[in-house]
Amino acid sequence: MNVTLIYRNKTYEVPAGMTVRDAIKKVGLQPETVLAVVDGKLITDDTILKEEMKKVKLVAVISGGSPLPCRSATGAGRGGSLL
Amino acid sequence: MKCRKCGGTAVINMRQHKLALCADHFLEWMPEQCQRFIEKYHMFTPEDRILVAISGGKDSLSLWDILHRLGYQADGLYIGLGIDGGLSYSDESHRLAQQFADERGLKLVVVEVEQTYGATIPELAVISNRGRDKPCSVCGLNKRYIMNRAAYDGGYTVLATGHNLDDEAAVLMQNTMQWQGGYLVRQAPVLEANRPGLARKVKPLCRFYEREMAAYAIVRGIEYIYDECPHAVGSTTIWYKEILNQMEEGRPGAKLQFYLSFLQAKEQGLFAQKADDAELHACDKCGQPTSAPGECSFCRLWDKVRAVKGARVPAEAGMTSKQ
Repeated sequence: MNVTLIYRNKTYEVPAGMTVRDAIKKVGLQPETVLAVVDGKLITDDTILKEEMKKVKLVAVISGGSPLPCRSATGAGRGGSLL
Repeated sequence: MKCRKCGGTAVINMRQHKLALCADHFLEWMPEQCQRFIEKYHMFTPEDRILVAISGGKDSLSLWDILHRLGYQADGLYIGLGIDGGLSYSDESHRLAQQFADERGLKLVVVEVEQTYGATIPELAVISNRGRDKPCSVCGLNKRYIMNRAAYDGGYTVLATGHNLDDEAAVLMQNTMQWQGGYLVRQAPVLEANRPGLARKVKPLCRFYEREMAAYAIVRGIEYIYDECPHAVGSTTIWYKEILNQMEEGRPGAKLQFYLSFLQAKEQGLFAQKADDAELHACDKCGQPTSAPGECSFCRLWDKVRAVKGARVPAEAGMTSKQ
């Protein structure tokens, strides 16, 4: 019942049934800084994650660097590790 | 979420505009908006010869694509910086820029810093002792110089860069935190060529969010360099982008409002023009404009390197182009 999120070279398992936006926040990223792609197609962040999606790629939108983890969600400081 | 125009499945929701669009309508909307910004800020007309600064990233390639779709005469300029960072960063970005140009039959002007001047950017940073592990400041100096010179010498009437709203808002916040009056007064969608030797510079993407630019590149199928410059990781600009995105998360449109209200305040005279009254002279060596008497900072930098490495003289700067 899990969906795999792929962000750069990391993968995260999140339960199906939640929205893309909530999943992005759950893994400690800022929704504004990533785009969700399934089978090469963009999906909006209100989309409910379904088991059949299997893999959702999160594309970082910030050029010139990787978006830093959202501190409130992970407790990590600037440049800190995600998990 | 449904497309506001046709009711089809939306691929992007732009919360700051309360607008969701499907792939087809998003690909129509972006050039329409860009054309609106080009006209609003009097950037250029179809008669202008535009040189687009191309990094191989999503913003510059998408800008070139949009200008091409809008029917403007736009050539690209790629500057080979010689950055490897373990991922052949410069080689890969050059390949993608060239591929983009070849596929569309566009002209890409290429300036390789090492071949033209005698050292790569990372070597230059070490030899000149300016930012040994962070060559960003010498890199910026070189890019600004080469872009200006290529546009001016090439007879282009305008130089376009792919700065998006997030880039502009981050720089604005940084300059505001330090009340950099001189920088604030110069930050604008158009920098006029108000001094001899300066190219006119424009930023047609300055009102698009970074998110929209990435979405455009993906939906349009543009292959761009996804990895960031290895030297940019942890930069101050990215830190400010993160802060602005936290504000955006709570209040959609916060970034856009910050930038647009700054432009409006500037127009209403919030910043005195005298903050930008530096006199420019022609550099004794290369003739490019400089604020210091004698040689410009670009020539002084390369003088240092030449003393160590025997680099070429900037006046011989050659450019290659491929159609």
